[in-house]
Amino acid sequence: MQPTTTIIVRPWNAATLILRITIISLVIITGYAFTTFNTRGVDFWAGVDMLGSNFSALLLTPYLKNITFDVMVHNLFITIGLGFLTTIFGAAIALGLALLAAQNLAPRWLTIIIKGLTAFVRAVPTVLWVLIFAVSAGLGSVAAVLGMTFHSAGYLIKAYSESFEEIDNGTNEAHKASGANWLQIVFKAVLTSSATALLSWTFLRFEINFSTAIAMGAAAGAGGIGYDMFMASGFYLNLHEMGAFTYAVLAFAIVLEAGATRYKASLSK
Amino acid sequence: MHKLDFFTQKRLSFGLFVMVLIVLTYATIIFTEYNVAKGFTSIPKAVRWATANFYPDAAAIKKLPAILAKLSDTILMSVASATVASFFAFFVAIFGAQTTRINVWFSVFARGIATVFRNIDVSAWALILLFSFGQSSFTGYFALFFVTFGFMVRVLIETIDEVSTDSVEALRATGASYFAIITQSVIPSCLPQLVSWVLFMIETNIRSATLVGILTGTGIGYSFDIYYKSLNYNAASLVIVVIVISVSAIEAVSNWIRRAVL
Repeated sequence: MQPTTTIIVRPWNAATLILRITIISLVIITGYAFTTFNTRGVDFWAGVDMLGSNFSALLLTPYLKNITFDVMVHNLFITIGLGFLTTIFGAAIALGLALLAAQNLAPRWLTIIIKGLTAFVRAVPTVLWVLIFAVSAGLGSVAAVLGMTFHSAGYLIKAYSESFEEIDNGTNEAHKASGANWLQIVFKAVLTSSATALLSWTFLRFEINFSTAIAMGAAAGAGGIGYDMFMASGFYLNLHEMGAFTYAVLAFAIVLEAGATRYKASLSK
Repeated sequence: MHKLDFFTQKRLSFGLFVMVLIVLTYATIIFTEYNVAKGFTSIPKAVRWATANFYPDAAAIKKLPAILAKLSDTILMSVASATVASFFAFFVAIFGAQTTRINVWFSVFARGIATVFRNIDVSAWALILLFSFGQSSFTGYFALFFVTFGFMVRVLIETIDEVSTDSVEALRATGASYFAIITQSVIPSCLPQLVSWVLFMIETNIRSATLVGILTGTGIGYSFDIYYKSLNYNAASLVIVVIVISVSAIEAVSNWIRRAVL
């Protein structure tokens, strides 16, 4: 008889072990989570049942009741404007600070301080920054712009400084060897070779800030179409009007996403 | 005509770009009626207020158990919605990806649905779902579920097309069945990426859940909202400290898992 040998097709290693443990823990946590849900007397299946008719009211029969079409478009552009403004302000702040946070451009102690501070700024959700600023500035566009700018700057400092760290060190060294000072290196080597990366991060942040601006209108009194949605949902209880707002927001978000996709495609050509 | 040299041309186009941005920014400031001066003066005011009032004190620490209970609600909801939505999204992505699709029209349909789901903001979903589920945990759960689902379908379609095209082709050449191709090639090769994206969505969902909680009255967002509106800023600041610690901890754990798995 021939001796048999077993060939292990997929040997176990640390990566597969950690992968399995992660998946199993996620499943267990999820199962446990469902037992802790606070139902507040709401019947789950009745809600699911209602979901169908609510969706058809929302998506198939949208109409405006409490505001006109022109006002809706105006408010949509207010939201877009808040998203744009906070992205520009955040980018302007981030551009300066990211240079001081990049390991190849600034002393180590400084990068650690700035990176630590921005990690803290990013860990606090945007809505809480807005509410914190609202105590001294009052609820409204000023608090919303400040809070969103804060969070955008934190996010972009991280993204920008990582883009700076990724650039080819040879260009830097060539400039340094030819006697260029720090500012000349920044403007002639660093910013020019990372420009496309900076632009894509900024555009991504604009997409995020647009949806955050909707949320701030709903949760922090920042106005715009988010506030209209909040009123339609919590005050007028009008799903049809909610549907009209949803379409308006969706239309702009899809335009943004298509723009980002085309930009990405043009870069990889 | 005299042709401008390379550097002058570059400088001109860069200057034009900056000019357009400045004009657009100025126009937006006027349109949104944003008060620039008030914006600047509010920052030192906020800092002064925060250092004087916004720190956890002894009375706030006593509320810690209640805050931690709400935090665990929020984290559990984020994990559950990210996991279940990713599970469904993976199936839809398999039928939607170019490598493994069964039907072109289903692929178009899947991508379309995913686009709608992810482009409606999570706060808008919460406001819509309030009509069906009221102020229960289900509202927040489904709001996070829909957005995660839309996002995951998109990234998983890209992952499948990127990671498994070659091995699917190889298996197809050996005459393997569709089912065998999926279970032996697509799922094992995409699993690390899938887990990495699920972890990313859990992080995102915890931040969103705070916002959704303010709108729907659940979880850690609700505790912050209550303390904030009752002007109990010491307790509200403790909520923020707790959020920062948990978000950073979850980020650290998922970064560690990602490094080990990918």
